[in-house]
Amino acid sequence: MSYVQNTDADRLAMLERIGAASFEDLLEPVPPAVRAGAPLDLGDPMSESETAAHLRALSARNIPAGEMASFLGGGIYDRFIPATVRYVLSRSEFYTSYTPYQAEVSQGTLQAIYEYQTMIARLTAMDAANASMYDGATALAEAMLMAVQVKRIPRVVVPAALCPRYRAVLCGYAAGKGIEIEEVPWGEDGAIDPGALAAALREKAAAVVLAQPNYLGMIEDAPAVSEAARSAGSLLVVLADPVSLALLSPPGEYGADIVVGEGQSLGLAQSFGGPLLGFMATREAYIRKCPGRLISATTDLDGRRGYTMTLQTREQHIRREKATSNICTNEGLMALAATVYLASLGEDGLREVAVQSASKARTLYRMLAPLGSVTLPFGEGFFQEFVMNVSDPAGFAAAARARGVLAGIPIGDGFPALGAGAMLVAVTEKRSLADLELLRDIAAGTGGAR
Amino acid sequence: MSATIFEKGMNGRSGSYLPPNDCPVGDLDLAAPRRGEIGLPRIGEQDLIRHYVELAGKNYHIDKGMYPLGSCTMKYNPVINEELARLPGFAGLHPAQDEADVQGALELMHRLERDLCEITGMSAFSLQPVAGAHGELTGMMIARDWFRRRAEKRTTVLVPDSAHGTNPASVAICGFTPKTIPSNDRGLIDPGALAAACGDDTAVLMLTLPNTLGLFERGIERIVEIVHGAGALVYMDGANMNALLGIVRPGAIGIDIMHVNLHKTFATPHGGGGPGSGPVGVREHLAGLLPVPRVVESGGRYSLSDDRPETIGPVHSWYGNFNVLVKAYAYIRSLGGEGLREAAENAIINANYLMKLVSERYEIAYPGPCMHEFVASGSGLKRFGVRTTDVAKRLLDYGLHAPTVYFPLIVEEALMIEPVETEKKETLDHFAGALSAIAREAQEDPDLLHKAPVTTPVRRLDEASAARSPQLCWPGGCREP
Ligand SMILES: Cc1ncc(COP(=O)(O)O)c(C=O)c1O
Repeated sequence: MSYVQNTDADRLAMLERIGAASFEDLLEPVPPAVRAGAPLDLGDPMSESETAAHLRALSARNIPAGEMASFLGGGIYDRFIPATVRYVLSRSEFYTSYTPYQAEVSQGTLQAIYEYQTMIARLTAMDAANASMYDGATALAEAMLMAVQVKRIPRVVVPAALCPRYRAVLCGYAAGKGIEIEEVPWGEDGAIDPGALAAALREKAAAVVLAQPNYLGMIEDAPAVSEAARSAGSLLVVLADPVSLALLSPPGEYGADIVVGEGQSLGLAQSFGGPLLGFMATREAYIRKCPGRLISATTDLDGRRGYTMTLQTREQHIRREKATSNICTNEGLMALAATVYLASLGEDGLREVAVQSASKARTLYRMLAPLGSVTLPFGEGFFQEFVMNVSDPAGFAAAARARGVLAGIPIGDGFPALGAGAMLVAVTEKRSLADLELLRDIAAGTGGAR
Repeated sequence: MSATIFEKGMNGRSGSYLPPNDCPVGDLDLAAPRRGEIGLPRIGEQDLIRHYVELAGKNYHIDKGMYPLGSCTMKYNPVINEELARLPGFAGLHPAQDEADVQGALELMHRLERDLCEITGMSAFSLQPVAGAHGELTGMMIARDWFRRRAEKRTTVLVPDSAHGTNPASVAICGFTPKTIPSNDRGLIDPGALAAACGDDTAVLMLTLPNTLGLFERGIERIVEIVHGAGALVYMDGANMNALLGIVRPGAIGIDIMHVNLHKTFATPHGGGGPGSGPVGVREHLAGLLPVPRVVESGGRYSLSDDRPETIGPVHSWYGNFNVLVKAYAYIRSLGGEGLREAAENAIINANYLMKLVSERYEIAYPGPCMHEFVASGSGLKRFGVRTTDVAKRLLDYGLHAPTVYFPLIVEEALMIEPVETEKKETLDHFAGALSAIAREAQEDPDLLHKAPVTTPVRRLDEASAARSPQLCWPGGCREP
């Protein structure tokens, strides 16, 4: 398949107009020794039907979580996505447009991002949100860099109950600037150990990171962590699950300075972990230190309301090495997905998603608690995800898998303190009571077929 | 002007999307519950769809017309690829699923890595970075750790003055100090100046090939020799790889690290600003430093491996923008090696042809054959009181999109034009005709340009007051309805 539309006659006419005898003439600046010696060995071009068949065959070799009873989470959740989201995302007016540099012909994208910024600011109860970051992990890393920039202290305190991948990404971003990352362990309840936090804050830190809920699913005592950060003179960076914010006190109300998170839950397909949506919100005082694009409402020459990119002097195309971040291309279309998702479900729908997830997670927890084959190290202070221990996680996952159930993510390797049999079990609104009973039966060793 | 979604539906009735809860909620006793409303809309589905379709109507996009943004490679995004990326076997995968259940996805990633190696001549690729700038940062981390492991203290990265802003920004975020090297009067890196700038503390030369002026660095062999001679690495920003497909393989000419932008060269859509994908390739000696996990194959089975002692670690929550990888992979299969070369050739012919047409009315910053793009200047219109912005805005009135403007920074009143291979001759003729007509208007009636655009959904926006007092959120109907 070729998408080139010029004909041979076109090319001849163009070369003639250029004054070149052949295409080779145009390659004059490329020294002969530098040119590829042989054609690319990539196989023959495929017709559209062959490409489609080939990719369908590859996709058929996958068994999507979306078609099973999935209890996998850890940042990526199997949620119901209204058809409105797919419909708007498939409009090429949105997906084939570029970054809205020419504002007059990009008002659709610009207004949608403005609505997105508004929704994120409201969810988090912060003053402003940016137009998106790559994902939760890099959003957290950028929040760290921003906090270090504000405070000029190259040290941050993070919970040990943080997604191991996030921690690793954070370390990579920290290394260049020589930022020290100190971990605070969790206590018996699975939440930050307040004594350890106080100890960690005896030395100055630019920020305390609060994961709410934390990677083990537990809801932290946010006001206490916030107070500890405040009295130590550190910023409070909150890594928040956006759906949980429908039920939990929003970070802006307990003193957060920067709020980031993974927005996949807001209408994005799981898509093997990408594209994701990093969101970031902050207080007015720090907007000019914030990375990424910002869209502002303004007026046009005729006084009509319109939207434009703003505070671009923070950004790389103006400020170059002094920019607040190197980000350029972001996850704009994913921000649009989140906007349409939040608008579709609305105030009541998002709350219902959160309530169903949390109540179903509790129902499962209580079903598992009496089983001898399972231990639950922490209490019920979780949002929608909890840790359970089984003696043989691989065997358990395989038994579940055979019944169409994805039982959870084994996390024993990343968190040896939890024991080798630790699994992270997530329950979303998509799980039915029957799904929960099936997982319980499998855990009890008596599972039937799904 | 469209009202915001909030104005249209703060107090209406939303659709219902979930079945009733079949579990008890009775004692859902969460510590620190949210009090009060969030301030999300309540809008019926029909009005919601109308709202976003109304917004859609205000966007310019590739499916509407030519999008000659220099450096952005706005080529046609094949619709079949969108369809394939949405297959449930791709879109419905959780990244923590058992490897046995995701063999097709891992195979696709592995094949795409091999394809990118073949196209670029690099030895190994990581698909994890999700944008060009993310790839640059990843590349800088690789260089940082490479020298750290060798106990060499090198802190400077050389960046030509024509470079994209992300280049110096990525360098700085990684803790290196960027040092600008001036272009010579032909718009190229001057080997003499480079040799003078290159020293014991130089870690990397970060160049763009072809550069952002659309020019191939004629002295590339000498440039690579100088940098390697100083013990430093050569990084190539491969955003402009569209010009080189099947023509130059960077790995074969000594480039040590590079990224490609799948959302440019490999026809995946830009989504109004993303998602993109910026895979990073390295030559053999650096392969161990690539981000983990790596996709590995053994006896026809694919798996993910973290076991790379020298790795810089992950740079993303998971494996990168998988959905974008699917589209790029489909594109490469559709075109094959032959088609990729055909794409590059047509991109180059189109650019040279359009440059010829545009040169009749506008100064070309660096005459001579260009690669896939060229930079014109609007400085000749200044005597009529017209600036490049005015030309760009007037193009919008012609129903076209403007080129990239005021970049690269080294060209006064720059108009950076990249026609791409999927546009045909007549479309280029039309675009050049519009630019000529605008040049004529500039002379005869410059006010037409100053007032432009007048046919767009809004006219020029007050950016100054937005910057002075930004209004980043809709203030109305908020937390307490
Ligand atoms: C030459 C060049 N380098 C780097 C980038 C940055 O790529 P991205 O926007 O994908 O981060 C771009 C495009 O924006 C570019 O044109």
